[in-house]
Amino acid sequence: MTDNNPLLSVRGLCASAGDLEILNGVDLEVYAGEVHAIMGPNGSGKSTFANVLAGRPDYNVTAGDAIYDGEDLLALDPEIRARMGVFLAFQYPVELPGVRAWQFLKAGVDARRVHNGEEEMSAREFQRHLDAKVKEVEIDPELVRRAVNEGFSGGEKKRNEILQMAVLEPRLALLDETDSGLDIDALRIVSDGVNKLRSGDNAMVLVTHYQRMLDYVRPDKVHVLLDGRIVRSGGPELALDLEEKGYDWIREEVEAGK
Amino acid sequence: MTTRTVSNHRYHEDYQSLAAANVGPAWLADLRAAGWERFSELGFPTARRGNERWKYTAVAPISRVGFVYPFVDAGSTEDAELDFGFSAVSANSAFNQDEDEIRRHLGSLAPMQDDGFTALNTAFLQDVAVVRVPDGSDEPVAVCVNHGGLPTDDGGQQYARHPRTLVIAGRNANLTVVEAYTGPAGPRYFTNAVTEIVVGEGAQVDHYRLLNENPAAFHVGTTRVHQERDSSFRSASFALGTALARNDFAVTLDGPGAFCSLNGLYYTGHGQHIDNLISIDHAQPHCTSRLNYKGILDGNSRAVFGGEVMVRRNAQKSDARQTDKNLLLSEDAEVDSKPSLMIYADDVQCAHGATAGQIDAQTLFYLRSRGLDLPTASRMLIQAFAREIVDTVKPENLRNYLESLFDRSIAVKNLPVAFL
Repeated sequence: MTDNNPLLSVRGLCASAGDLEILNGVDLEVYAGEVHAIMGPNGSGKSTFANVLAGRPDYNVTAGDAIYDGEDLLALDPEIRARMGVFLAFQYPVELPGVRAWQFLKAGVDARRVHNGEEEMSAREFQRHLDAKVKEVEIDPELVRRAVNEGFSGGEKKRNEILQMAVLEPRLALLDETDSGLDIDALRIVSDGVNKLRSGDNAMVLVTHYQRMLDYVRPDKVHVLLDGRIVRSGGPELALDLEEKGYDWIREEVEAGK
Repeated sequence: MTTRTVSNHRYHEDYQSLAAANVGPAWLADLRAAGWERFSELGFPTARRGNERWKYTAVAPISRVGFVYPFVDAGSTEDAELDFGFSAVSANSAFNQDEDEIRRHLGSLAPMQDDGFTALNTAFLQDVAVVRVPDGSDEPVAVCVNHGGLPTDDGGQQYARHPRTLVIAGRNANLTVVEAYTGPAGPRYFTNAVTEIVVGEGAQVDHYRLLNENPAAFHVGTTRVHQERDSSFRSASFALGTALARNDFAVTLDGPGAFCSLNGLYYTGHGQHIDNLISIDHAQPHCTSRLNYKGILDGNSRAVFGGEVMVRRNAQKSDARQTDKNLLLSEDAEVDSKPSLMIYADDVQCAHGATAGQIDAQTLFYLRSRGLDLPTASRMLIQAFAREIVDTVKPENLRNYLESLFDRSIAVKNLPVAFL
């Protein structure tokens, strides 16, 4: 892949859950180094889009494709996508009682390394890696000593997703409403984490309902998803318009054929 | 209720040979005779006539075989794998100890009058593994009793053994005791174990029961625990699948302030069956009990769980909780869980619950989205399910041994399609 190719190229993506058509032809190109925000009203398909890219089995892809790093992403099992550097921060992270965070994260890191023909990390090497990431994203070290997400508050779960993202070092991070349900302190910590992790080598897609997070994380591009299709794309100013005027004006413009 | 079977004749012959050999003191011979007499009246239990205690487990596979008594030392055997740095107890030296005290307790808790299996065990009472901490000795003691010895080079003979364990923890004793049941690979055998545990006033007993028999074996284990005031009894029973296993475990909280915590973890593979019947009797006020069993079921295996908590009329301020949770790895696995509370006092706190479920698809996706393949993810979730019970094991080397034993034994290959 040369620098001129997008890291992710989605064309005409359609997906359904059961009989319900949710995505109706999404087109999106994301280049390394970019942060994209996908906004839209409830039910527009934002979360579905992120989850389909990560391979959640609840959805059926009915048309279109997604090329990631030159590979047909949609043909791959979710764990293979993860090993190739795709990461989904869950809107509702799952509690894993009895699963030690350390073991869980190391298994993820090792799976990716083995996929890339590298050796598994030694316990000591992984501990150093984990300690550094805990510090970098300013997570309470206590959280990694507990079972994954067990008994965590909503904010702790979201922060833990950011930690996992930091530890797994994805090339394409999909953040599914990571900002929802956070108080202002948690939002700042999550946003700081995102800012620290963004680099010229990776890309991020933030799915969000609110403009709020974009005060902290400045996106390169903002897209509006409506009825399963991207209907507007622009720069950060688009998010501000949406915050001010809501989504109705876009819907009216779209329906008027503008 | 009498069940006459061909196997009873086999047992009778062996009993007569044992009686003729006249092993041990005269009072033991009398106890054996009483055991045989009762067994010949009771026979093996059946599910007929509303016998709730055996409602879901058919005893016929055991009662129809004429298992042979091996006439070898049935006592504790050395097993390098079970060396946790504890002292090993040898069963056949039992009567060199305080014979009067052993005589006083042996048979005092085991339900010979009502239970054919216990009567049969008593009829073959030859060696007893005795673990005894005298009154007032609070030095920590850790003991491992391994009921292993069965002959292996016998050309397909099917043996019955009747291991007997007596644990006496005196006043303020601090005792850790491991009871392990292992057996040779190869032909089916039948273990009919009875354990009596006396927990004296203020004593603290940690008890671990490990059932790791040959997969074709039958195992019937009967455990009776009697707790005096302010005593603490923490037990964890681990069972790896056998053709048929029964764990009949009953605790009587017979002094104010007594506490018991009964944990269990069982795994059954294809064609296997386990029946846990756990009873706690709050006979005195101000006692606390915790009951937490977890099962992992694969193939077409079946688990039965009966949890019975009785709170007697005078047992005010009782605090009892019980749960049974089952993880089904196969759509053909089946669990019958019947927690029950019988409360006759009015100022008590009691709760019970039971669940059975499969690994959740959303949970699996969460792990896969981090790069873990299905077998790795499933294994991690099964280990996590088991960990709650494994983590109750205090000695670190025993805990690690159990964790890896279960990990090795649980095959992750037949997850139902529903999981994907």
